[in-house]
Amino acid sequence: MDMGVFAVLAQDGITNGAVYALLAMALVLVFSVTRVIFLPQGEFIGYGALTVAALQSGQYPRLVSLLMAVGALTFCVELGTALYNKRYKPVPKLHLMWSAIENLAYPALIWVLARSIGWQDMPMAAQIAFALAMTIPLGIMIYRVAFQPMAEASVLVLLIVAVGVHFAMLGLGLFIFGPEGSTTRSFTEWSTEIGAMLVSGQSLVVIAVSLVMIGALYVFFDRSLYGKALRATAVNRKGAQLVGIGTSQAGRMAFGLAAGLGSLAGVLIAPLNTVGYDTGFVVALKGFVAAIVGGLASYPLAAAGAALVGLLESYSSFWASAYKEVIVFTLIIPVLAWRSLTSGHGDEE
Amino acid sequence: MSAPQQAPQADGQSVLETRNLCVRYGKVEALRATSIRLQAGQIVTVIGPNGAGKSSLLNAIMGLLPSNGTSEGQVLYLGHDVAHHNIEHRLGKGLALVPEKRELFTTMTVEDNLVLGAYRRRKSGWSYRDGLEGIYKIFPRLKERRKQLAGTMSGGERQMVAIGRALMSDPKVLMLDEPSLGLAPRVMAEVFHVISHLRESGVATLLIEQNSRAALQVSDYGYVLEVGDVTLEGKASDLAKNPKVIEAYLGKHA
Repeated sequence: MDMGVFAVLAQDGITNGAVYALLAMALVLVFSVTRVIFLPQGEFIGYGALTVAALQSGQYPRLVSLLMAVGALTFCVELGTALYNKRYKPVPKLHLMWSAIENLAYPALIWVLARSIGWQDMPMAAQIAFALAMTIPLGIMIYRVAFQPMAEASVLVLLIVAVGVHFAMLGLGLFIFGPEGSTTRSFTEWSTEIGAMLVSGQSLVVIAVSLVMIGALYVFFDRSLYGKALRATAVNRKGAQLVGIGTSQAGRMAFGLAAGLGSLAGVLIAPLNTVGYDTGFVVALKGFVAAIVGGLASYPLAAAGAALVGLLESYSSFWASAYKEVIVFTLIIPVLAWRSLTSGHGDEE
Repeated sequence: MSAPQQAPQADGQSVLETRNLCVRYGKVEALRATSIRLQAGQIVTVIGPNGAGKSSLLNAIMGLLPSNGTSEGQVLYLGHDVAHHNIEHRLGKGLALVPEKRELFTTMTVEDNLVLGAYRRRKSGWSYRDGLEGIYKIFPRLKERRKQLAGTMSGGERQMVAIGRALMSDPKVLMLDEPSLGLAPRVMAEVFHVISHLRESGVATLLIEQNSRAALQVSDYGYVLEVGDVTLEGKASDLAKNPKVIEAYLGKHA
């Protein structure tokens, strides 16, 4: 392997690592706040990428229909909970009104926008923003329907629910997007040469977006009251309740952020890879490996793990391309062994 | 010394009152038909042995029972029954609880802990800076340590953070569960000193203590809770002289 190949592989690995970093951050966020292992992450990758692809080809993004259906379901769940909850009596009318706006009116608004605007002529940034405007609320709704009612359950029960949500979203993905994968337009055709290495603008965009998101998340968690509230919930759920940070509110924020990061990751890989409804799962699993490096708790370690996974994948695809997935996923074993030796035993809180 | 059925403080309106409050965990009864009253600016203490249901009483008033716990009866806050409201609502009304385990955000700074104490007031346009200054006036040590992680503080300092965090929500009623637990005597005296000074700001305090002597010294009124029932109540100074209380809770050298 000469320096040129080495550099190309490094560029490739870091670009992929940047995507895995976003996914790993989302997994750490969701797990630390809600204790849910966010398996449906992969579906958001597919949903995001395929929705942008549909917008670019001038088709009606069928995710809007799903959003309206899940929104209606969510509202029914909220209504049912409000009427049948005996513990806290007064029917929360204001709460139900907000719920109707979020779950019924908002998807309808998105439908109107999807029908009335010619999205294929819009700039790519607007298309991506519109796709995120669908996937983020979808993440929040999924939290409300599937996870909020059993927020106090054990990690294992929550994992089983997450598996169920994963398969449901996978099936729905096949139904609304079909079995064919798509690619999207590239962000930029620009590229430059540094020495012998061709640096593609595409890679730079991916890395830049990822870095900006990581920086924004850092500022959000470190400076804003809502970010601190999320961290507080992750550190001490009971303490958070004592100061009035609702567990469910924190969960909604975490799922919304994670859904947004997941679909953004999908959008970032879509120009270079054909993304189908089921592509996301393996990609998300690599993000999961990266998150495991950080023990599902540390953001910087998860980001470092993502770079490691990206580079490992890139170099192993050169030397042993048939085994590249095997090599990446086998990384879990030494990492877990190392973590279980070094960290104290934290089985279940 | 008055009998339990006698209305304790007929003068003045009670800020917090429980009527026949019962708490159950599954089939286990932790608290039986407990009625207590608390007036504005008063310090009321509940003493009693371990397992008498003291913490259950506070958790039921706050609406923070574990998921297998249920409560019946009334929790009257300024005359309104809040027993069916959730914890955020009760916090908004002006109840705050410092639990036995403090439940601090250990990996965050002291100042962040305090700021989050004011989380429920975020929409009221209230500046938490003023609140922080108030807390730092009460606990000057917290100002020195405001950038330190809460988990690295000593037991007494953690208790100060916990009380400060609760005060940041601007409560009318502050409930303290075993504030002196695990503290050195000198630190304990400091905490009690602060508690007795909270009275001046109009905050009513409901105190639960193993250290009955110190608790009765700072309190206006007291209840003795034994196996889920109030068995004695009266002015704190009277309780401290009561032979039964002295024998069971204060020891011989009272």
